[in-house]
Amino acid sequence: MNKKEITKIIESLSPNERKVLARLEEKKIQDICEKSNLDKVSVLRSLEYLQDKKIINLIFEKKKIIDVGVNGAFYRKKGLPERRLLHLLNTQRIIPLGQAQKESKLSIDEFKASLGVLKKKALIELNKGKIILNANKEEIAKKSLEEIFLETLPKEYDKLTDEQKYSLKSLQNRKNIIQIKEEKTIQIEITDLGKNVMNAGISSKNLIEQVTPEILKKESLWKGKKFRRYNIEYPVSAIYGGKRHFVNQSTDYARKIWTDMGFKEMDGKMVVSSFWNFDALFTAQDHPVRELQDTFFIDKKTVLPDKQIVAAIKGAHEKGTKGSKGWGYEWNEDVSKKLVLRTHTTCLSAQTLANLDMKKLPAKFYAVGKCFRNETVDWSHGFEFNQTEGIVIDENANLRHLLGYLQEFAKKMGFKKVRFRPHYFPYTEPSLEGDVWNEERQEWVEIFAAGIFRPEVTEPLLGKAIPVLAWGPGFDRMIMNIFGIKDMRDMYKNDLTQLKKLKILTK
Amino acid sequence: MAVVNLNKKQFEKEIGKFDKKMEHRIAMFGTPMEKITDTDIEIDVAPNRPDLLSYQGFKRSFLAFLGRKPGLKQYKLQKPDKKYKVIIDNSVKNIRPHTSCAIVRGLKLNDEKIKEIIEIQEKLHVTVGRKRKKLAIGIYPLDKISLPITFKALEPDKIKFVPLEFPREMSGLEILQKHPTGKDYAHLLAGKEKFPIFIDSDKNILSMPPIINSELTGKITEKTKEVFVECSGFDFEILKKCLNIIVTSLAEMGGTIYQMEIKGGKEKISPNLETEKMKINLENTNKLLGLNLTEKQLEILVKKMGCNYKKGFVEIPSWRTDILHEVDLIEDIAIAYGYENLIPVIPDISTIGQENPKETIKRKISDILTGLRIMEVSNYHLTNKEYQFRKMGIQKKQDSGFVKLEESKTDYDILRKNLTHYLLKNFSENIDSEYPQKIFEIGRVFEIDEKTKELLEYENLAIGITPGNFTEIKQILEYLSKMLDLEIKIEEESKQSNHYIEGRIGKIKLGEKEIGKIGEIHPKILSNWKIKMPVALLEINLEKIFNKLI
Repeated sequence: MNKKEITKIIESLSPNERKVLARLEEKKIQDICEKSNLDKVSVLRSLEYLQDKKIINLIFEKKKIIDVGVNGAFYRKKGLPERRLLHLLNTQRIIPLGQAQKESKLSIDEFKASLGVLKKKALIELNKGKIILNANKEEIAKKSLEEIFLETLPKEYDKLTDEQKYSLKSLQNRKNIIQIKEEKTIQIEITDLGKNVMNAGISSKNLIEQVTPEILKKESLWKGKKFRRYNIEYPVSAIYGGKRHFVNQSTDYARKIWTDMGFKEMDGKMVVSSFWNFDALFTAQDHPVRELQDTFFIDKKTVLPDKQIVAAIKGAHEKGTKGSKGWGYEWNEDVSKKLVLRTHTTCLSAQTLANLDMKKLPAKFYAVGKCFRNETVDWSHGFEFNQTEGIVIDENANLRHLLGYLQEFAKKMGFKKVRFRPHYFPYTEPSLEGDVWNEERQEWVEIFAAGIFRPEVTEPLLGKAIPVLAWGPGFDRMIMNIFGIKDMRDMYKNDLTQLKKLKILTK
Repeated sequence: MAVVNLNKKQFEKEIGKFDKKMEHRIAMFGTPMEKITDTDIEIDVAPNRPDLLSYQGFKRSFLAFLGRKPGLKQYKLQKPDKKYKVIIDNSVKNIRPHTSCAIVRGLKLNDEKIKEIIEIQEKLHVTVGRKRKKLAIGIYPLDKISLPITFKALEPDKIKFVPLEFPREMSGLEILQKHPTGKDYAHLLAGKEKFPIFIDSDKNILSMPPIINSELTGKITEKTKEVFVECSGFDFEILKKCLNIIVTSLAEMGGTIYQMEIKGGKEKISPNLETEKMKINLENTNKLLGLNLTEKQLEILVKKMGCNYKKGFVEIPSWRTDILHEVDLIEDIAIAYGYENLIPVIPDISTIGQENPKETIKRKISDILTGLRIMEVSNYHLTNKEYQFRKMGIQKKQDSGFVKLEESKTDYDILRKNLTHYLLKNFSENIDSEYPQKIFEIGRVFEIDEKTKELLEYENLAIGITPGNFTEIKQILEYLSKMLDLEIKIEEESKQSNHYIEGRIGKIKLGEKEIGKIGEIHPKILSNWKIKMPVALLEINLEKIFNKLI
């Protein structure tokens, strides 16, 4: 390595690194801390930086240290339980078990353990509930291997003799006598480059550390001086900003698409009458969607709009409008007064049509909003979902226009391939569903539900049957697709860590 | 949607090889494939086409759609034999007024076909039959019955027969109380003084519609060659068509349809396979579809949908239930033309786009708050009393002004009255996330007005910070009010609050009107939510701010 490069490395040393580098002759971290006047964290970090610069090598070693545990410390002072029992037996060679435990002041566990140990060493015998000492004075006085081992702790595991390992094993079986700790040690090795750097001298006299307001005050403080080099590739800790919820980012984007395409936004309530949610949309009163198990009803009734519209809707259901047979049943006004948590934003379209100024055609409207259905929650279903609704009221509107608007919307949402299939809805004819191609899964994913409102819908609301293109795609699958969310339950989990990290919609 | 199983072997033998192309044709027919196994092809049939609910019905229409057997399929009807008679007794008038019946002979049944007959019957019950509420179908082996048959109503205790899958005789009432199928459908006859029955000339009860058939006369087997079919219910037009769907399916299996005389019926002879004629206008068709079809092309397309065309009229098969209006025919023409052949186009019309101004303001408020590094959250509109009241320190007796859902399959059964409790829930579910946490939500809340009892719905804004104190939350409110150029001030609140600390709660006022509350959350509420950091929070109603700014 040439001199220039060494100079560059020296210029990149931070003040802490210089301090640590100057004290590397101290082998222990603790000593480096004391000598350099830095805390342990700063020293360790500086050592890592120095290693990154290839000035030193750090060799990490793990050592297993055997030390005394809580009970071990106590026994070291007071003697192991078996020693204490032995002392007692030394005074009375034969003692009943109960008495022995009591007088030895050992706990039941300790007592049992002691008996086991002493029996194993053949120092005692048990006979008819009595303990009989079976050893001479010499044998009693002799310290056991365990006792000796306990006194020598702490010790490094790797340096234990076989005898000591045997003692360790027997003591380890007993509660809290032994404690095994892992101790990490670091050995510092100065590399050749490091030696060169040290030889070149690491004084920092002419390097500016931080650009501070003080330095900026006087030209002489910075003119002609060098700045300490930063390692600009070094990772920094993450920061996060405030952010819109991703569902709202998406609904806002849908708003932008529709307004760009000349649509006006509709607004309305989420709790509406069955009249607007179902009846105005030619959904017969015995249709399964109007049952409790599919729809959230509210035990409350509301008032209906003006009589003329109500009569027209009643007529459409019972007898049909011009050229239509209707459903042919007796329509019940009371049923239509029942409040419901809207099942689709199409109820907004129905209300918009009822209030439309027929002199201002063609007209285009949209809505983006929450809809509800009585459903249990799993990865692909929720009881709340987002829909984006659109209607086009135009004497000359036709099915191909409908496909045109939908294709454009899908394109703007980022889906390149779209297909349309026939489908059925009570309030549109022709009706269709639209799929977009999921490249990753290689399959069609259904997103659009659309059609042209039936004359039984438009005639009562507009006074005249003219084509109204209408669509109400569920929006959630698109949102999940864009943000890579696999489980619908994650949409409203509000996990702040996840929300922080989630990308922004760049549309 | 109903799922229909098509036997794959039969499909490939009679219709064609099932490949990607065929799958696409099926989707373009409006019956997308749901699943495919080694033996079955499962398709989705929309509720408007009950005639496609069996393999036979599907094959009939699909072969026409493919252009292999276009036009209206004709079935030969045999005139009724002398005894082929059903007498409708006056007693059913207010109980189950209509029935339409037929006899089919010359059947050669096997396990597969019997399964199909039972399935189509069940599918019709569930869909057009509205789970047997609107209509029910019965199919009986003719050799067990002595004609003529009477349809009448009897007191439940006078009805006695052995119901299907049961070892002994039961009364009408017992069936509803003890028989498994009887219990499932008991609600359909509950409260009626008399129950309807079909009974033969030997006084054997055939069935008690819409509940169950008799074990002795109501079970078809491989030996059955002739069947009696009835459809009973409340809507004559629909049940008549249902009967047609069944008997033409049986005819597709090789049977011959015999008519019956229906004494006292709305129509004296059934089944009636007469086609219906509806006018179709070429110009209307081209206008609605954006096409330029000639009459000749129109005729071909009509035939592809299994109908016939004659000089401006379409002949509709007697088993189609979905043609109410010319637009229904036009849709059929579009399907026959192929949705994939329709070229999407955006018309050259000029309209001005406009976002709802409230949405603009909501977005501006969000921009201001995210600029303060506050994170937007989004919670459910549904909640429950535990979250809305209990954890917020409100005792059971004090619950008021909330909107309850009649039935909910989830744990959430009321509409949220405010956003505050949800922000606390968010904090409580994020105790392992990094602090400080600052969150806000803008969203709809619901309330029943205590005086007028009216259901109110409005947009609220709530902001919560943790750890946070009054000063910090007040700073946020003041910044927001300055940016929106609004005169918002905080006044002392003398009323006790359930969840704020006394002396650290304020009323938020816009001009002279109160629009919300601000304060520090009381430790007892924080402990209910298991939150271990102080929380400062505000919630305001945005409607008055909208009024001021729009």
